[in-house]
Amino acid sequence: MKTHRNHANYWAFVLHRISGLALLLFLPAHFYVLALAVEQAATLDMFLSWTEAPLVKLLETGLVILLAAHMTGGLRILAIEFLAWRNWQKSVVAITGGLSLAAGLLFFLNAG
Amino acid sequence: MSKDSLTVEIWRGREEGRFDTFEVPRMASQTVLDIVTYVQRNLDPGLSYRFACRVGVCGSCAMTVNGKPRWTCRTHVDKVADEGTLRIQPLKNMPVIRDLAVDMTEFFEKWTKAKAHFVPTTTRHDDFAQVSPSDPKRKEATAGIECINCGVCYSACDTVAWLGDYLGPAALNRAWTLHNDVRDGGQSDRIKAIAGTGGCQACHSHQSCFELCPKHLNPTASIAGLKRATAKAALKGEI
Repeated sequence: MKTHRNHANYWAFVLHRISGLALLLFLPAHFYVLALAVEQAATLDMFLSWTEAPLVKLLETGLVILLAAHMTGGLRILAIEFLAWRNWQKSVVAITGGLSLAAGLLFFLNAG
Repeated sequence: MSKDSLTVEIWRGREEGRFDTFEVPRMASQTVLDIVTYVQRNLDPGLSYRFACRVGVCGSCAMTVNGKPRWTCRTHVDKVADEGTLRIQPLKNMPVIRDLAVDMTEFFEKWTKAKAHFVPTTTRHDDFAQVSPSDPKRKEATAGIECINCGVCYSACDTVAWLGDYLGPAALNRAWTLHNDVRDGGQSDRIKAIAGTGGCQACHSHQSCFELCPKHLNPTASIAGLKRATAKAALKGEI
């Protein structure tokens, strides 16, 4: 790709921003479902049984990957900004990506 | 396009303009600046561009080559014309004067805003400062000192594009080298200048400046150092 943006650290930024926005959209729905526990227990039970469906488990895996990517990406930025500089930045990006996928895989394999 | 020639698209005009297409003969070890010079001398004398030393010292010939900012005098055509064509544009993030020449006024004004100039603390009557090359602060300064002001990092920086008053990688890199210069007397003013809006904290650490710096400097590392320095200064109540 012929652009100054096509390198690992820029893709890490894009992933961090997209995962952040996606989680922002998810959080209101998450809190709404949690609120059901207080006032509409039956509705919550129906929702929880729906989450047992394989497709929902797959979507949840995506959510776990997004969450892990956003967290590891955030730790990466904190390390850049507050720790002494290290020259292995691309390796850090690879590690954050690997940890995120591993978290998703771990969730998916335990989802059954 | 044949093996003996290269199809070159060159930006003409200012912010509004068009690409003109030229066929330029290929030569061994040809640089992108050679191509532009050939076009100007043989095909279109009206083409505007800027260069001086031709050997990677002066930093005046940077242009956008196939989408990426580069120093054209030391960019070999073989390395960048992977599909047999070249598209040459002016640097981004700076107003175009004409064709491939950009107005670098704001770029240099930001160096002034960052107080990226040496403030002497001694006179010619004092003895030389004794600074060991192995001193950790001196090592930090030395790592960033070889900037040639070409504007490649500034052109590659999305934060500059998104936030107009961001000082940019080059000015902040220079501020960092001075921050580590024990002879400099402008530390307090400089840390205030680079801590505010448009200062070092605006950097998103995309690291495109590091990817593309022709001198292989690392402005992102310098800016990260400034972020730590400003955080410390804020905790101490100095800014």
